[in-house]
Amino acid sequence: MASEPPLLTMSGITKSFPGVRALDGVDLDVQAGEVHCLLGQNGAGKSTLIKVLAGAHQPDTGTIHWRGEAVTLRSPIAAMRLGIATIYQELDLVEHLSVAENVHLGHEPTAAGFVVRGKAARASTARLLKRLGHPEIDPARLVGELSAAQQQIVSMARALSHDVRLIVMDEPSAALDPDEVDNLFRIVGDLTADGVAVVYISHRLEEIRRIGDRVTVLKDGRAVAGGLPAKTTPTREVVALMTGRNVEYVFPERPTRDVTAGKPLLEVRGLAREGEFEPLDLTVRPGEIVGLAGLVGSGRSEILETVYGARKPTAGQVLVDGQALRPGSVRAAVRAGLGLAPEERKAQALLMLESVTRNVSVSSMSRFSRGGWIDRTAELRAARAATRELSLRPDNPSVPVRTLSGGNQQKAVLARWLLRGCRVLLLDEPTRGVDVGARAELYAVVRRLADEGLAVLLVSSEVPEVLGLADRVLVLREGRVVHTAPTRELDEHRVLDLVMEGSPAS
Amino acid sequence: MTQHASPPRDSTGKVPSAGEPPAWRGLMARADVRTLSLLGVLAVLILIGGITKPDEFLDTRNLQLVLTQASVIGVVTVGMTFVITSGGIDLSVGAIVALASVWATTVATQEYGFGGILFTAVIVGVGCGLVNGMLIAYGAMVPFIATLAMLASARGLALQITDGKTQIVTVPSVLDLGERDAYVLGIPPLVMVFAVVTIIGWLILNRTTFGRRTVAVGGNAEAARLAGIDVRRQRLYLYLLSGLCCGIAAFLLIVLSGSGQNTNGNLYELDAIAAAIIGGTLLSGGRGTITGSVLGVLVFTTITNIFALNNLQSDVQQIAKGAIIVAAVLVQRRTASTT
Ligand SMILES: Nc1ncnc2c1ncn2[C@@H]1O[C@H](COP(=O)(O)OP(=O)(O)OP(=O)(O)O)[C@@H](O)[C@H]1O
Ligand SMILES: [Mg+2]
Repeated sequence: MASEPPLLTMSGITKSFPGVRALDGVDLDVQAGEVHCLLGQNGAGKSTLIKVLAGAHQPDTGTIHWRGEAVTLRSPIAAMRLGIATIYQELDLVEHLSVAENVHLGHEPTAAGFVVRGKAARASTARLLKRLGHPEIDPARLVGELSAAQQQIVSMARALSHDVRLIVMDEPSAALDPDEVDNLFRIVGDLTADGVAVVYISHRLEEIRRIGDRVTVLKDGRAVAGGLPAKTTPTREVVALMTGRNVEYVFPERPTRDVTAGKPLLEVRGLAREGEFEPLDLTVRPGEIVGLAGLVGSGRSEILETVYGARKPTAGQVLVDGQALRPGSVRAAVRAGLGLAPEERKAQALLMLESVTRNVSVSSMSRFSRGGWIDRTAELRAARAATRELSLRPDNPSVPVRTLSGGNQQKAVLARWLLRGCRVLLLDEPTRGVDVGARAELYAVVRRLADEGLAVLLVSSEVPEVLGLADRVLVLREGRVVHTAPTRELDEHRVLDLVMEGSPAS
Repeated sequence: MTQHASPPRDSTGKVPSAGEPPAWRGLMARADVRTLSLLGVLAVLILIGGITKPDEFLDTRNLQLVLTQASVIGVVTVGMTFVITSGGIDLSVGAIVALASVWATTVATQEYGFGGILFTAVIVGVGCGLVNGMLIAYGAMVPFIATLAMLASARGLALQITDGKTQIVTVPSVLDLGERDAYVLGIPPLVMVFAVVTIIGWLILNRTTFGRRTVAVGGNAEAARLAGIDVRRQRLYLYLLSGLCCGIAAFLLIVLSGSGQNTNGNLYELDAIAAAIIGGTLLSGGRGTITGSVLGVLVFTTITNIFALNNLQSDVQQIAKGAIIVAAVLVQRRTASTT
């Protein structure tokens, strides 16, 4: 191997945005056939670096060598022509087009140069999907109808529809179930066996161990370590490099007092939505964190959204403090003190054109206004306090939320409900895309809120997170609660067994 | 067990952490390239007018006329800006102006004098806005279709009321408002109405919860809904607001022309949309600027005036307007991608 030049060498890459230096002289080299992991905290510059590599951003300075030759990547198409494919953190599919159309977008198979051969496109898409282990996705379906995990697969099919030598994956596992992650890793294995290189970004360190060959760590736009062996470098060391301090990946201590004693704050009685989930009963007391564990598609998000009134139930009711809420009304829920941090932050929570402040204050405007008149100083002060509490970066809530890194956008959503001071917090995948250090802080915040008397209902695909944080766990499978138990009676294997049991993929 | 060594806010290459800039600095910052370029266009136009027709264009009376003409379409544009900011569109504004102006000038209405005419114009405007709003917000109709239907029916109704005839206003107090005697410090009352509507509009959009909700609904309606905003009610209010602006504009038009006609307000929808867009309001919603809209209106009205003074045909005018719209959008693209 030593004689051959690396597949890719990026050196001295810098990239500034107004007010932020996102990349400050980063080096990265990638060998053919390896899995090269990029690690770093939220806002470290990972996504920016790979956008430079994808031709989506132009670097201010720095050089890129591809198979030994200097290249300039003027556009995404230029990068694609070289064989660099990217699966972005925020999926970029066209919802109103079919799977096949998305996969072949921009390079449709044509007859006579312009007549799109739909059938050929569908056939080749079906082949790709099969190769990716998802033959059940119909190439003719609209992408908007697919689940997040399926959309991810479509993105990947799109990447593979080109002749690729390097695939970049920006947090691909964030939206996936354990067995889907296994599938992803199998695909990654196949690709690297064919000599394709993979640049892999994730906040889950255990994944890096499983599939990574080498690791480059970014911190504040600099590569603080390049090409470390992924399997043997101690986790401690990696985390210390990322954060500049020692973080134990720990959960806050549970309160000693018995939270299961009080009167229920949130009560769900026989709540159901036909075709999504079966009648569900659950109660959450003040100070209690209840976790919903289950696979993607087991109805967890649907349940949360129905409790919140964003979907109208076909049966049952939701009570807060014994008062029944008007079904299907978000306003009623919010007024009763419910808050939801939804799963799809970009589509469901964020106002991308607006500042962080306005995104944070949007649900509590009445607190900063008299007669509809907004006191912007008070608003800014409150937003700053809420975002500081979550260590959101950059520490300036006046910047547009679209310029934040993925994990920091998630924090902006949480800050919204922190600021509103709700009584029942519904969290759907609260740490998706959030880095190790910030996770620990987030867990501490959630626990503290619970200690202050909030009722928390938590959905997470990460079983350790549910077990670490929740006092009680409901395990869901195919829209049905299959098990309820206090957390101390459960462990990871038990939950995984319950979650997977009878599911076709296991 | 919990770690609390040091907060992870170690800043190496960090943004200025100073306090917020004062309000006026924020204003200046937002009076960005776009606004400045519109001001530049306006300055160039004034220069052209001053060079081609030095005596006529810069004459006080002519400037008063330009501003008065801008007032009618300007008030409509303020309402339109809100609607577009929320991600909607109101194609019926011109037709509503027509209907309100003829309804308010029927013989029966004129018997009630000044108050009757003003009240009728406003109520008809708000009424039409209510229908639009209900159809869009609660009938789940696409704004384009609902307001297109309103355009057709309001124009039809206006024709039915007038039977195609011009309805002359005979109420002296209304007519007086357009006379020179009513000018305060050289400013026509109609222009003052426009100024007041603009200021109120700016304040509502930028300083109130109503404005925030409008922007939120336009930026991401689903996110707004999940944040606890009543999106449908907000939409209803927005079309009501647009209708109200049309009613006020209709009254201004009655004063200006001394009559009510079913052909009033022809193509106002296009002028208002164009003015808002060149001003910097996003047609897809989520961002709106009253200042920009007003500048857009002034640019268009000035062009019309200069062309009229130079005896150029209106078809040339239309071409020039089209070119300006394209140029403005291109400039915006450029500035948007660099910031
Ligand atoms: N378009 C932009 N305009 C301004 N600043 C930006 C822009 N894109 C990114 N940034 C800033 O650049 C820095 C790096 O962001 P980047 O998205 O690369 O982080 P990341 O490492 O991918 O983080 P995460 O793990 O949260 O996804 C952040 O401070 C971010 O706010
Ligand atoms: Mg990222």
